[in-house]
Amino acid sequence: MPSALINVPKRAKRGDVIEIKTLMSHIMETGYRHTASGSVVPRDIITSFACRYNGAEIFRADFFPAIAANPFITFFTTATESGKLDFEWIGDKGFSETASASITVE
Amino acid sequence: MPNSDHATRRTFLGLAGSAAAAGLIPIVTVRPADATPAMLATAIRNVVGEANVRIGKVKLDIPPLVENGNTVPMTVSVTSPMTANEYVKSIHVFNEKNPQPNIGNFYLGPRAGRAQVSTRIRLADSQKVTAIARLSDDTFWSATSDVVVTLAACTEEAI
Repeated sequence: MPSALINVPKRAKRGDVIEIKTLMSHIMETGYRHTASGSVVPRDIITSFACRYNGAEIFRADFFPAIAANPFITFFTTATESGKLDFEWIGDKGFSETASASITVE
Repeated sequence: MPNSDHATRRTFLGLAGSAAAAGLIPIVTVRPADATPAMLATAIRNVVGEANVRIGKVKLDIPPLVENGNTVPMTVSVTSPMTANEYVKSIHVFNEKNPQPNIGNFYLGPRAGRAQVSTRIRLADSQKVTAIARLSDDTFWSATSDVVVTLAACTEEAI
């Protein structure tokens, strides 16, 4: 099962504002929960997310434990040229995932 | 005359009600893991510095009543033409009573086209959620929403 789900329109008109939806499967353990024996469950969250459009960063986010499990982010960008959108998630315990989607701009 | 009697009784009951509600507040705020209003103010200061935060331009869409604080849908949108000269630089979301005052920071730019971000958040208690937007002219605008949470996040034990 892929850990990331990306929704980017396959094609768009130049200048259109397009919606991008991303979901990364991750527990987003807050670090504030305890086990039955009373020990703290260590924090394990995604701390940052970035989206690059043909290499140029168009969106970035910092996450805190208050972001729900399996972070779902929706944002917008202007379709400027055909090419690739690269997504990157970085987190605790060396977590690092990438995904990409291509778009054709007419 | 009976009308004014009613008004007095109502006023008295109202006062009694708010006194009872005020009596309950310390029980809620005494929990040590909660972010305090001071922590919230500090977190906001860390983002805005000495700048003045004005109310307006920002729209915070969040359900007023949520059953499950573990996943609360939230959308922040900012009124902005999103041109090369006039755009939203970033959106910052804060809460009042989670263990940490920050929820997320979202950095946009003129290419975004529309200044709108959606995500799902956790809320540990019924509380206020505040969104602050930084515009390209470095002014800050905010919106605040009250959310009532029936099942709080972070309370269950991990196994």
